[in-house]
Amino acid sequence: MNNKTDERAGQQDGSPAARSFSFRGLIRTNPGDFIFENVTRFFAFLVLALVFLMVYEMTVQSLPAIKEFGFGFITSSDWDPVNNLFGALPFIYGTLFSSLGALLLAVPLSVGVAIFLSELAPGWLEQPLSMLVELLAAIPSIVYGLFGIFVMIPWLQSDIQPFLMEEFGWMPLFEGAPYGFGMMAAILILTIMILPIITSISRDVMRSIPNSQREAALALGATRWESIRIVLTGSKSGILSAALLGLGRAVGETMAVTMVIGNSADISVSLLNPAHTMASVLANEFAEATSKLYVSSLIEIALLLFVMTLILNAIARAIVWRMTKRYSTAVA
Amino acid sequence: METFMKGKFIAAAIILGTLLSLGTQAQAQVKLNGAGATFPYIIYSKWFDLYHKKTGIQFNYQAIGSGGGIRQVTEGTVDFGASDAFLSNKQLSDIKKKRGTAVLHIPTVMGAVVISYNLPSVGSGLRLTPDVLADIFLGKIKMWNDSRIKKINKGKKLPSRAILVVHRSDGSGTTNIFTDYLSKVSKTWNKKVGVGKAVNWPIGLGGKGNDGVAGLVKQTEGAIGYVELAYAVQNKLSYASLKNKAGKYVKPTFKAVSAAAAGFVKDMPSDLRVSIVNAGGKDSYPIAGLTWLLIYQDMKDKRKAKALKDFVTWALDEGESYAEDLYYAPLPKEIVAMCKKQVAKISTK
Repeated sequence: MNNKTDERAGQQDGSPAARSFSFRGLIRTNPGDFIFENVTRFFAFLVLALVFLMVYEMTVQSLPAIKEFGFGFITSSDWDPVNNLFGALPFIYGTLFSSLGALLLAVPLSVGVAIFLSELAPGWLEQPLSMLVELLAAIPSIVYGLFGIFVMIPWLQSDIQPFLMEEFGWMPLFEGAPYGFGMMAAILILTIMILPIITSISRDVMRSIPNSQREAALALGATRWESIRIVLTGSKSGILSAALLGLGRAVGETMAVTMVIGNSADISVSLLNPAHTMASVLANEFAEATSKLYVSSLIEIALLLFVMTLILNAIARAIVWRMTKRYSTAVA
Repeated sequence: METFMKGKFIAAAIILGTLLSLGTQAQAQVKLNGAGATFPYIIYSKWFDLYHKKTGIQFNYQAIGSGGGIRQVTEGTVDFGASDAFLSNKQLSDIKKKRGTAVLHIPTVMGAVVISYNLPSVGSGLRLTPDVLADIFLGKIKMWNDSRIKKINKGKKLPSRAILVVHRSDGSGTTNIFTDYLSKVSKTWNKKVGVGKAVNWPIGLGGKGNDGVAGLVKQTEGAIGYVELAYAVQNKLSYASLKNKAGKYVKPTFKAVSAAAAGFVKDMPSDLRVSIVNAGGKDSYPIAGLTWLLIYQDMKDKRKAKALKDFVTWALDEGESYAEDLYYAPLPKEIVAMCKKQVAKISTK
């Protein structure tokens, strides 16, 4: 692909320098370009500087906690502000459990909706439906929290959880009492919250697959499902990045989760038990934290949350790169 | 280039103008910045509004929580703070070192913590003793038809249902009062959990804010939780009578709260830092607490100091009369007198 443009540019130029072609050489410049380039560069570096500033501030402020607890902060499950003992494990566990749980439910659901919207829905239905899905993203999280408390939790309490306990109570996943509040409520709320972002990005990615591919598949005698599978293969990496954006939102979600998760720093496999997340412990305890070590420990949790998001994003990027590479070589 | 210069000149003129007008405004009226406790926010905003109408003094109060209030006072970013928990000696000496002045504690109103529950078969009027309450919150009493609860609630239909303990998930002055009480009445609680705005709860679910706890209790049969008196009265929650130090079962009322404070007058330290939980006297409700204004004894801005001094005096004289309408318990006269002695220490010279 690149070679072709190279050759064409070379022919037009007719110069011997054609081999060392670069786009920059083609661009006519004026002083405005210079200013524009530097203004945009400034903005780009501003973002970088902001990130570094945040990491720096958080690190400095969490130094007392880091010095006091060291690595044990991550592996300890004590959270006792009265005795100045702090450990972040229950919160890390709760964050990972709830976000991954939500992702597990949201991805198949979102991809299904996206397939319907981009491949199957008739025009008159597709537009309003897409709008509704995107509307879900615009609802403030506190509204989701209220919905959780007043609609979802009574329902979980009276219908869903007693049923699950009766039928599947032998599994550790469904042990406990049907409080309604707890890990299950958090996962369900998060699922609804990350659904629109995964759906709308997946839909856009699928739409960007050229129609000629679908036509070719159908012309070769593929069924509709087979042509959809071809579209899905082509948009795999896009769907994956959509899922990871959703995961990012789930990891950082605060208010809605705080309102339904039960806020108890226990580590439990059961979906019915109350739990706690890193974001919700910050929302809950920061305002009233007085001792220096207490504040410092909370800031260290913030730092860990930041690092965790960074790691998740890095893994995501790596997967997307590998997949795009494999896919493009497969096509070639 | 010329237009650029012109623009610059206009901008400079505008900035200068704003600065000048700000300067004259500041001369005309005093503005006091405060931050802290959320519990007294309703009565404070009423007071600030009335006092502003009366004198033109402006208040800017941020209800960010007691802990936040204490931090802001320590950092010197506010003119006064507010807290539901009094400062420790160490916190006071820290502030003295940093800000070069002592901090006075001025109580303003009182609150009580009530034990709210959801038992349709019992209705209102459940009775609890301190040790039963502590053991429920420690997770030792697990069922509502436990023999110890039955014994003190004869004639009531206690269901065979698991007790769901609900507590605050956010740091809170209410939690501080409640755990302070449990620590005073239960040795096990004191050893295992202790006193604080946020503690390591042995069991239960956490709800955010008074409304979070109330919502959990309201929605879950068999739940028990603690909320501020004002909140329980306004939301018509059923709440328990508690056995006080004198051995009587007392319902949480404003009178019972004021009685608790009055019972402490004799033992009140002169700096007014006192916890009034588990008060003596047969009418006292045992889980009650004061909320304080935190005021620098020596403020740098003397006009502000005078304004604040006058305001607090007014609040203690006239302001108290608004308390009960807004569901706070007013201070007894003896304590108001002690507060005024503290107010007199604010230096305006």
